[in-house]
Amino acid sequence: MTDTAVPLALRPLETLGRRTADVVTALGRFGTFLAAAVAALVTPPFKLWAFLSRIVFIGYRSLLIIILTGAFTGMVLGLQIFLTLSRFGSEAFLGPAVALSLIRELGPVLAALMVTGRAGSALTAELGIMRITEQIDALTVMALNPMRYLVAPSVLAGVVAFPLMTAIFDVVGIFGGYLVGVELLGLSQGTYFGEMQTFVDMTDVMLGFWKSVSFGVIVTWVCTYKGFNVGHGAEGVARATTQAVVLSSVLILVWDYFFGSVWR
Amino acid sequence: MITVEGLEKSFGRQAVLRGIDLEMPTGSITVIIGRSGGGKSVFLKHLLGLVRPDAGRVLVDGVEITGLRGAALDAIRRRYGVVFQGGALFDSMTCLENVAFPLREKFRLPRPEVGKRVEAALAQVGLEGMGGKYPAEISGGMRKRVAIARALVIEPEIVFFDEPTTGLDPILVNTIHRLIQDLHRRFRFTAVMVSHEIPEIFEIADRVAMLHEGRIVEVGPPTAIQQSETRVVRQFIRGEPDTAEVS
Ligand SMILES: Nc1ncnc2c1ncn2[C@@H]1O[C@H](COP(=O)(O)OP(=O)(O)OP(=O)(O)O)[C@@H](O)[C@H]1O
Ligand SMILES: [Mg+2]
Repeated sequence: MTDTAVPLALRPLETLGRRTADVVTALGRFGTFLAAAVAALVTPPFKLWAFLSRIVFIGYRSLLIIILTGAFTGMVLGLQIFLTLSRFGSEAFLGPAVALSLIRELGPVLAALMVTGRAGSALTAELGIMRITEQIDALTVMALNPMRYLVAPSVLAGVVAFPLMTAIFDVVGIFGGYLVGVELLGLSQGTYFGEMQTFVDMTDVMLGFWKSVSFGVIVTWVCTYKGFNVGHGAEGVARATTQAVVLSSVLILVWDYFFGSVWR
Repeated sequence: MITVEGLEKSFGRQAVLRGIDLEMPTGSITVIIGRSGGGKSVFLKHLLGLVRPDAGRVLVDGVEITGLRGAALDAIRRRYGVVFQGGALFDSMTCLENVAFPLREKFRLPRPEVGKRVEAALAQVGLEGMGGKYPAEISGGMRKRVAIARALVIEPEIVFFDEPTTGLDPILVNTIHRLIQDLHRRFRFTAVMVSHEIPEIFEIADRVAMLHEGRIVEVGPPTAIQQSETRVVRQFIRGEPDTAEVS
């Protein structure tokens, strides 16, 4: 079949066509994968225990890194925004500026990136190893759906854990901004929190919330898919893990932009 | 009865199976022998419905499984017990949990019943008291035995063994063979086994099939295979080095 004579001039076109077909097929498989996970999620039996252990895996074990990065992000924001605002003599708005940056943008995005690095990569590696050691095949031949046992709980846990991690990131970050702005640079506490209450709306909170929910789906979807469809051997697992983290991170930033530009 | 007709499978340019025809009668032990890398595991995976063939069919009691998916395929697999070549134990679970898993998840047996059966299954493979360990904490041979216990604990109608005894010491090889034989006498399951244990497997096999270069070159009762006139079969059974390969 490969030897059917294609005129030389048309070769690039043929390659392009084949590449396009490959990409479309891959996207199709990627989409079907999520559909299968959702199908496993909404039909009994439900794997409550697997779900809870995934919450621990994705959420609880990421707490420390979330608190640490949240605190420093808030402190950096507090410092930089204070310095900027003081040029216009409007330091009073430090509170809302820090809070809005965190709640609308940085909280969801940075929390998602941190969880991807900590838990997403581990998720891919774990599933990848289960694939190459035939543990996934073992489940399959037991007539047990691996999507139900391995993928669906992770995706649901992502949907639950990402907003929680984001909320913690936001709160810690706002407190970090408070430490720098109020305790260090001398802004009054009433101004910092008072202005925040005036300017931060429920819509801002909801925007951050829905962003983090969608990041939860994106990251667990990409990471489980890459783990599930791993290549051969240790090298295959390593490559899949790298790809999962890179693809998740890129998709987080791209999706963040489009989400933000559609929903203001 | 499992029937395979004209099974073909290539990976890229490499033709691994080139038209396999084989019948594995109900209630008998069929042993598949052949060179390493010859496609025995790939063949088994076709019977399990894990790999789709390029051509040919696999029938389990008259039902073609090659085109089946989802619930229909699972209905067939519910009758299976499988020992993978590498054991394929769930490494996040202890050995005990591994053996209990199919009973709990597949058959939803009550806890005390599961406990009793798991104890018995582990004892059968000589691993009583080892249940609390994780697969990473035990030796390769022990992992194999846990895998055998996990496959047989559900008392399957059809059992697939991919080299269940490779890597075990000679005493264990015979212990495992005897165990399989005992269980076979009791439950009369259909067994398909890939094995390199020559001559031991001739004692437990009802039929032996030799897979060579993607085809079944000879199949028959153990005595017939042992007295085979076919060159590759004789060479394989006697373990004569492949002169063409060395030079
Ligand atoms: N998923 C796969 N992709 C590509 N090639 C494969 C795949 N699985 C198996 N092969 C190839 O098929 C051939 C047969 O492999 P198989 O594992 O069936 O051998 P085997 O007879 O079981 O050998 P052994 O006795 O060593 O276990 C090998 O050459 C292997 O490279
Ligand atoms: Mg093999």
